Amino acid sequence: MSSQAHELTAIAGESVWSGGASPYAVPSKKLGMWLFIVSDAITFSAILIAYSYVRVATQVWPRPFESASIINATVMTFVLLTSSVTMVLAVRAAKLGIRKRAAGWLFATLMGGVLFDILHLREWFWLFHQGVTLWSNPWGTPLFGATFLGLTGLHMTHVTMGVFYLAVVAIGTARGKFSSDDVEVSGLYWHFVDLVWMFIFPLVYLLSARIG
Amino acid sequence: MWHGRPAHGRMRKMRMPRSKEEINRMSAAVEQVHAPMSKQVTFTVWFCLLGLTCVEVFLAYEQLELRVMLVLLMTLSIVKASLIIAYFMHLRYERQSLAWTLMPALIFVVGMLFAIFPDSVRVLLMKPK
Repeated sequence: MSSQAHELTAIAGESVWSGGASPYAVPSKKLGMWLFIVSDAITFSAILIAYSYVRVATQVWPRPFESASIINATVMTFVLLTSSVTMVLAVRAAKLGIRKRAAGWLFATLMGGVLFDILHLREWFWLFHQGVTLWSNPWGTPLFGATFLGLTGLHMTHVTMGVFYLAVVAIGTARGKFSSDDVEVSGLYWHFVDLVWMFIFPLVYLLSARIG
Repeated sequence: MWHGRPAHGRMRKMRMPRSKEEINRMSAAVEQVHAPMSKQVTFTVWFCLLGLTCVEVFLAYEQLELRVMLVLLMTLSIVKASLIIAYFMHLRYERQSLAWTLMPALIFVVGMLFAIFPDSVRVLLMKPK
């Protein structure tokens, strides 16, 4: 048997041949979350690439985002990045066994998500006010509304679900029902939501900026 | 490692842990053993991400040509995503087998999604004048 297999046997305390090995040395729920994240990343990639395709194939694409919108979206990016940092601190506190502090940081993280949603909805309603619908807009190709609302809507759904998810984990952690691994797994989800925004922000907002 | 046949002659599929010590050892295998990432690393990564975001916004105000913008912004975004995956999502500190299982598949599939992308400029560039 190779030395690696020996090592795995030693770690798992069970023969490799009877399924005792843990090839990734992570809890199964963490591996499960990673697999979900990879599949969700492919979903977002498909939509972002479809958007980019339509964007490149259309001669005149609307550029409705003035400085105020760009600043709003930049603030949203800062909020989401900062909530990722509070999430890291929550995981850290949970790993150190400080449950109340972990729950506090989780609460700070989900408040970041709520603030992100509020700022995003403000942007949406501003666009609705300008006459943007899924099928039409005052500036040109009707695909703008469908792609913008579809992309940002799917992301906003992820943020909103994440807020509920973090609330459940925060309450469970404060009551001692969840382990630090559960906090870490919820953190993976939250960082992924943050990561997706790192692509939506430049592709949707910065490439459609109307400045000067 | 082959344990041989048990006395009743049937092949054993699973062995129940014998002692409390053994159970502890088994659960230690899936518990995260590494120390938490230092706060300094976390905040350094955070400042890098904020800085790169500022660079992106600055580029938007520069109003460069669309294709140049696209390449620059996507490069910066991939750097930001890598920082998040490596440090915030902790993949850098996991056993390497996890990254090798997840990332090549993801990169391959996303690459394949680009297979039809060149078609996007066909209508604009190749239509009869």
